Amino acid sequence: MIDLWLILIFIILLLIEGFYCVVATYNLLRVLIGLEILIKAATLFVIAAGYVSGNMALAQAMVITVIVIEVVVVVIAAGIILGFFSEYDSLNVRNARNMKG
Amino acid sequence: MEIMVLLLIMMVLAALWAVMTSLLLRSAIALALTSVILTVIMYRMGAPLAAVFELSVCAGLISVVFISVISLTHRLPLKEYLARRQSRIMRFWPLPVILIIAGVALILIKNPLGAISPVSAGAQDVRAVMWNLRQLDLFGQIMILLAGVFGVLILFKGYKHD
Amino acid sequence: MSYLLILTPFLALVILNLLPNRLRETVGHRVCLLILAAQSMIAGLSPFVAWSRITSMQLESILGFNLLMDNLSFVLLISAGVVGAASLLVGWNTIKHGKERFDFINLLLISLIGMNGISMVRDLFSLYVFIEVTAIATFILMTIHKTKEAFEGVLKYLILSVVASILMLSSISFFLIISGGVSFPAIKAAINLSNPLSLIAIGLFLCGLFIKGGLVPFHAWLPDAYTAAPNAVSVLMAGIVTKASGIFTVMRLLNNAIGYNEPVKNILLIVGALSIVVGALVALGQKDIKKMLAYSSVSQVGYIIIALGAGTKLGLIAAAFHFINHAIFKSQLFANAAAIETQVGSRDMDKMGGLAQRMPITGATSAIASLSVAGIPPLAGFWSKLLIIIALFISGNYIYAVIAVLASVLTLAYFLSLQRRVFFGKITQEMAAVAEAGAGLLFPAVALSSITVALGLVFPFIIGLFVR
Repeated sequence: MIDLWLILIFIILLLIEGFYCVVATYNLLRVLIGLEILIKAATLFVIAAGYVSGNMALAQAMVITVIVIEVVVVVIAAGIILGFFSEYDSLNVRNARNMKG
Repeated sequence: MEIMVLLLIMMVLAALWAVMTSLLLRSAIALALTSVILTVIMYRMGAPLAAVFELSVCAGLISVVFISVISLTHRLPLKEYLARRQSRIMRFWPLPVILIIAGVALILIKNPLGAISPVSAGAQDVRAVMWNLRQLDLFGQIMILLAGVFGVLILFKGYKHD
Repeated sequence: MSYLLILTPFLALVILNLLPNRLRETVGHRVCLLILAAQSMIAGLSPFVAWSRITSMQLESILGFNLLMDNLSFVLLISAGVVGAASLLVGWNTIKHGKERFDFINLLLISLIGMNGISMVRDLFSLYVFIEVTAIATFILMTIHKTKEAFEGVLKYLILSVVASILMLSSISFFLIISGGVSFPAIKAAINLSNPLSLIAIGLFLCGLFIKGGLVPFHAWLPDAYTAAPNAVSVLMAGIVTKASGIFTVMRLLNNAIGYNEPVKNILLIVGALSIVVGALVALGQKDIKKMLAYSSVSQVGYIIIALGAGTKLGLIAAAFHFINHAIFKSQLFANAAAIETQVGSRDMDKMGGLAQRMPITGATSAIASLSVAGIPPLAGFWSKLLIIIALFISGNYIYAVIAVLASVLTLAYFLSLQRRVFFGKITQEMAAVAEAGAGLLFPAVALSSITVALGLVFPFIIGLFVR
């Protein structure tokens, strides 16, 4: 029996890494990598929840759907980054701070 | 049990490498490595179908997308790259420190969640669940894939490989 | 019946993409308008006809969809139909290129499927899936014009949307641990407020929904996204998408899954009050029309949330009615902004003045919508604001009721400032050559205004229908 709290510790560490990457980077592609790390942490949590509660079939169905969503979001984000690059000719995040909302 | 801890530590380290390395290509490969380790973890926890999905899609497809985007966008000239590297280290060195502190703190807290018992003794097969109970999710997936197709058609028009 | 609402747009999507190139635009336009009008009518006639009894047994046995069209779903269905139609009409006049128009129709149909799905599911994970469908369709919609601003706006929206997704997924995992399943009845049975896991799960999901709905303090993406999007997409987003993903989901969860608990009510009251005040204050100082309208959206959505925080049935009714009202008048204001932008060429309000003489219809409809937002009788906005304030008073939250009333004054202030700067006063030199917008842009504005006025006049008689 694997302890849930043990897995949660590592999930929290992954979340810290993901958030830090999104916040501290200057390159748009690395922002995307940070978002990917966050989604992987969430996927691991779903599987861990399925394992602990015994309902692994439901958890696997959920994870498969989440992976489909993740890949489509990554492809669209890559398209947006390419559009950004074609407009600004650089991938610097500071170019995206023009509109001070 | 010990193997699981080892795998989890490796996953966190691989993600750390993806964040800290300065070369984008290495970052993408480190992300694929994280996916592979996640696949092994999922398989050991009893989720083989989800594991194989994660391996083929995330460690495969997403890496291809990343590498193609990296190759379509040109690199920095060397001087700027070296100057950038110094500021990079300044920005990113707190991360391993934070991780170690957080890890130690969390280990010492010793399980505030209380005892959790398995609620449902579900002995159903994933395939049965997916095709009989979650058909609405399948329809949602089809919609998302259609939207992705439209997205690719709209966003990727006009980019040629140099 | 509920299946048709999801399957019909899907069939239309498939058929439209198989047509030859010449026919695509015109047929697509007509078919899409037909679907949206049919949906509005179905939802609008819902108090009189029991649609759920009209089902087809064969269809249900083939597809195992778990959908339920109950009274709460009609609020979203009718809003989605009306706002979608308005967005389509605005898009027809602002998007010139043929291929872009067809892309717009396709993505509008996909987001419609997503929103219909949100309104009818009975399961927490399917809710998440359809929220993502709508979000992905909106991401792509924002970039059809490929401007610099649009990419920046989408980027911020995408990053915060992914953060919201992982918060919702973590919450779903917690619910799976607590209750062993993810359907609404299972969650409702398993929530136990003394267990810290339940509180964490509810809190995480609400935070994810607040990010999607653009409530303070998670509203950072909203002004840039609304301003940078193409005009038709702004109408769609402001009118329905943000509200469907964020606010309607909160209503659905409170009704079916979480129930009205003390900590949840307190969170809703605080977040609602913050959104109302911050949105109104920042809107006062804006120069760009669309940005001011975006902050006004933050403020009005705060009204809906604070009505839910009251926790009574009257609060739910007030929130539902303000939801419909906000859909109508916010999309109308964005349609006006689209008309102004196409005719004047810029969105800077300081450069405008005295447009009422040159664009009379736009000015009149904009005035009607502004008065409705501020809550002036006998327009529809007055009734919904009154109900919200009464609901807060009756449930004992006097401070929040006072905040709501004071913020109404602020709302009136910034909308009057908008009207004065853009429409009234002396006409400036550059504005003298401006002509009235084309008929296509005027029609949705006039239609929406007349709905506002009609709802306002009729509301005292039909309030009985809302009490369910």
